[in-house]
Amino acid sequence: MPADFLSNLYVFILAGFVGFELIKRVSPLLHTPLMSLTNALDAIVVVAAIIIAGRQETPLSTVLGAIAVAASFSNMVGGFLITDRMLRMFKTGKPNKP
Amino acid sequence: MSSIATGQLLDLIYLVATVLFILAIKWLSSPVTARHGVLAGEIAAALAVGATLCNPELVAYKWIIITLIIGAGVGIPLGMVHMTAVPQRTALSHAFGALSAAMIGIAEYYVDVSHLTRFQMAEIGLEVIIGSLTFTGSVIAAGKLQEILPQRPIVYRGQNIVSLTVLGAAFLIAIALVVNPANTVLFPIMVVVALIFGVLLVTPIGGADMPTVISLLNSYAGFSAALLGFVLNSKVLVVAGALDGSSGFILSVIMCKAMNRSFTNVMFGAFGQVQAGVAAAQEARSVRSASPEEAAGILAAASSVFIVPGYGMAVAQAQHKVRELYDVLTKKGVNVRFGIHPVAGRMPGHMNVLLAEADIPYEQLVEMDEVNSDLPQTDVALIIGANDVTNPAARTDAASPIYGMPILEVDKARTVMVIKRGMSPGFAGIDNPLYYLDKTLMLFGDAKVFVGAIIRELAGGGHS
Repeated sequence: MPADFLSNLYVFILAGFVGFELIKRVSPLLHTPLMSLTNALDAIVVVAAIIIAGRQETPLSTVLGAIAVAASFSNMVGGFLITDRMLRMFKTGKPNKP
Repeated sequence: MSSIATGQLLDLIYLVATVLFILAIKWLSSPVTARHGVLAGEIAAALAVGATLCNPELVAYKWIIITLIIGAGVGIPLGMVHMTAVPQRTALSHAFGALSAAMIGIAEYYVDVSHLTRFQMAEIGLEVIIGSLTFTGSVIAAGKLQEILPQRPIVYRGQNIVSLTVLGAAFLIAIALVVNPANTVLFPIMVVVALIFGVLLVTPIGGADMPTVISLLNSYAGFSAALLGFVLNSKVLVVAGALDGSSGFILSVIMCKAMNRSFTNVMFGAFGQVQAGVAAAQEARSVRSASPEEAAGILAAASSVFIVPGYGMAVAQAQHKVRELYDVLTKKGVNVRFGIHPVAGRMPGHMNVLLAEADIPYEQLVEMDEVNSDLPQTDVALIIGANDVTNPAARTDAASPIYGMPILEVDKARTVMVIKRGMSPGFAGIDNPLYYLDKTLMLFGDAKVFVGAIIRELAGGGHS
């Protein structure tokens, strides 16, 4: 078993626990924005796509990488945009501003 | 020397991005801090993308720039869709996420095929299978939600055997590839088989089960990104994928609990087919119906009202009319709150977003447990476009297919009013005994039109 795999597994399991503890606390009120935000964060695969598309090792890998850049970057841009739009709509009824 | 330092700097920036990701989700726990979470995520994404663009491994920027522009061009409109379209947009974004994870995995395979170890092949195989099936599965889910495809479950005899055989075939091919990673003929076959399985997986699932399916696809999309992190040895991908995957997984568990069903039942149960006959066999019972005038009179006389919205409210686009009703009643001193069932609508939190869009303060959106403890002291429960989540058979009728499902116990309110187009059973085809209770008034009509008529009555006739 490669050493890289073990260190990645470490990170994966710890991140999974952190995620579990944090997400458990997200109010059901915000479950839709939670899904769109985690989707936008997940779009970080764009960094891998950029490397594949930019290294230009083979024509096939460049094309696949380019598709991946477009798909994941659209998720990143769209995901943050819609999450923020949704969260702006959640207003409190308490008049705490004068 | 300098390139080593650059590599370490990149890793440090990815580390900062990773920490910001975790903070982003932490801040999302409350509506007060949630927007900081988005900002943290945006900073993280900008740092990571910016740093990656400086990576000395990149030899050409032309395609990167072009595809980033295309991505933004697709992403901005998808970020601006109407709130009623959020479920299908979300399904589509799972499809895009899974597509890019699959594409990168496939590219890695072909670039490294000459020197892949069996272990790396296993990682890539699993990653590409999950990415591919999530891609087609999410596309089908988006099609169903957009109503391009029928929302009813599409089932045939022996379906589960066919689906599982296809999945088994994909894994068998993956195992053959692990034995011989250089078999470049088998690899594309594995991808195609996984793509087919994604279609077979989601086609039989009905619209009412979409909250679970969309959460499950979210989880798969996350885990495929995490697996990609293993393939590429990228910790930032591992963390982002683990967060997204565990988020989707937790949401699926919440959705399944809210329907008292197991994953296997949702994925392979083809809900709703068997029960249609049962509903048809029910003898015709009488219901009491009421006019907008009568409904307005009852609402005006109430001191507390729970409005229970469901997918029907979203379909009728009635949320803004509902907000007007909320305003009119609140002005009259009626305490109006909204009872939100976890699986109301087509994705987790769907109703909350629609009602927030209509400017209803989020304190008035109440979760199931609190709703149920307050319902016995409530004058009126007004149900708009919800059905199965209010069905008392879930509590009383052990033979009912939804028996045991936690419901909003609206039948405990003093008066129940149900806005409904007609007496057709709900999505799952299950008869709802609520409609035949003495305390229940059926308000037949389109949700938006009927609520509008009630508002006119309240505004015009309130003081006469």
